[in-house]
Amino acid sequence: MARSADVIHVKGLRKEYGTARGTVLALDGIDFTVGEGEFVAIVGPSGCGKSTLLKILAGLLPATRGEVNLRSVPITGPRRDIGVVFQSPVLFPWRTVLDNVLLPVDVQRLGREDNRSRALGLLALVGLSGFEHRYPWELSGGMQQRVAITRGLIHNPAMLLMDEPFGALDAMTRESLNLELQRIWLECRETVVFITHSIAEAVFLADRVLIMTPRPGQIVEEVAVAIPRPRSLDLLAAPEFGGIVRRIRAHFSSKGIEA
Amino acid sequence: MNGVRNASLRVLLLIASLAVWEGAVRALRVPAFILPPPSQVGAALYRGSVSGIYLQHLWITLAETLLGFLLGSVVAFVVGTAIAASPRTEYFLYPYIVMFQSMPKVALAPLVVVWFGLGLTSKVVSAALISFFPLLVNTIAGLRSADEDRVDLMRSLAASELQIFRMLRLPSALPFIMAGLEVAMVFSLVGAIVAEFVGAEAGLGMLIQSRNFSMDVAGEFAILFILAVLGLLLNAALVSVRRRVLFWDPSQKAALNSASLRGGP
Ligand SMILES: Nc1ncnc2c1ncn2[C@@H]1O[C@H](COP(=O)(O)OP(=O)(O)OP(=O)(O)O)[C@@H](O)[C@H]1O
Ligand SMILES: [Mg+2]
Repeated sequence: MARSADVIHVKGLRKEYGTARGTVLALDGIDFTVGEGEFVAIVGPSGCGKSTLLKILAGLLPATRGEVNLRSVPITGPRRDIGVVFQSPVLFPWRTVLDNVLLPVDVQRLGREDNRSRALGLLALVGLSGFEHRYPWELSGGMQQRVAITRGLIHNPAMLLMDEPFGALDAMTRESLNLELQRIWLECRETVVFITHSIAEAVFLADRVLIMTPRPGQIVEEVAVAIPRPRSLDLLAAPEFGGIVRRIRAHFSSKGIEA
Repeated sequence: MNGVRNASLRVLLLIASLAVWEGAVRALRVPAFILPPPSQVGAALYRGSVSGIYLQHLWITLAETLLGFLLGSVVAFVVGTAIAASPRTEYFLYPYIVMFQSMPKVALAPLVVVWFGLGLTSKVVSAALISFFPLLVNTIAGLRSADEDRVDLMRSLAASELQIFRMLRLPSALPFIMAGLEVAMVFSLVGAIVAEFVGAEAGLGMLIQSRNFSMDVAGEFAILFILAVLGLLLNAALVSVRRRVLFWDPSQKAALNSASLRGGP
């Protein structure tokens, strides 16, 4: 049922890794769609194939079998209209914050001058005004990750892929960045695929949570989060929030998996 | 202040060791053609400097060293890039490189002088040969050192291989390349001097030999001192370039230490 409004349409996706000791089945029978402007979180334990899935969506890895379409066009390799944010900020230390944000503009020759003010605007949006001419190593981990998010958005991609972007940060920074990401998303309404192994983070941010279990990686359930935005951190203690979290956790605890 | 105290201690130590040297040579009546006292070395240094003979030969050795450094570095960078970029090139060049690398390159100097004559060319070639390896090895290692996540990021933006090279691999390789250049500079000076020993019409290495034949050991010491200063200045020039180019690199020292492990002259 590929609706035309779907940005991402995945059907029957399978991924095997060929290794020296035979093939590893990383993903099998993955089906899902992501609608225009939708924020979808994928939650699952370590090693269940989340990064593999994201790399296939980004065109960095070929699928072994199945369909992966972006706006009805098969993803066969890297595309210019996808933004990616990795677990680590992956900034270039020889570039200033502004130049890091403009990296996609440089690579895709979109015109530095045209995009400079957009970059400054986005940096202001993530609260980094005044840091444009600093270098990444002069910034805290949380600030670096905000630069990475800005870089993911600068070329106005059809979709933003985020692979545990806050996984390496401490709990407090992480909470504040969750709030920040929500604010940014409310502002620009990107289509986002957000990977995490924190159930609370997934529920807090997403419109819909896809639950993944390992060996092989599969999506076992989709949970819609019908909580209106903006959501505050107080929500974390609310019963409706706890209900959804418990429902998701049940998938993992029944299999003896900690997530 | 501790720093001031340490600095004056350093000067004091230098003066003391020179005094011990001077005193020991005089007291033990060591002949000047074995070990001259520092006062004689100083006098030789003064005489040669005033007459302009050191400067005249210094320019020649400096030119040989710099040209050899330039030639060796450019070739090393190009070959290193070709090897890092394509496994095929590596496959075909690797046996020669391994063989060449394990050979003491100074042993080639006599051959180089036979082939290229007594003039400047043979010294430049010798310097280039010896300074080639440190940069080759470091260029290859450096270009391969680019962080996989950063390569993935570039790929995800649909960057071309050339863009990945220019925007990512080359800057990532710079700490290695700069460390390689520093070693190459020192080696280049060695290569020039060795070739001058084998056969030359001019240069500080030739001058050392002619002083040696005439048993002017104080003169030899004076030239050795000049060579040490020259080496220091060349290195200092590269260090200041490195500081400017690699302002962003937190691990400069580590790269520097690992650089000098392979490819000795
Ligand atoms: N290049 C590879 N070659 C072989 N097997 C791989 C490769 N990359 C990943 N795998 C395997 O595929 C499975 C999924 O890995 P993946 O990195 O996608 O998991 P993940 O869900 O992102 O884990 P984490 O939460 O720890 O990041 C794992 O079992 C892993 O060992
Ligand atoms: Mg992962």
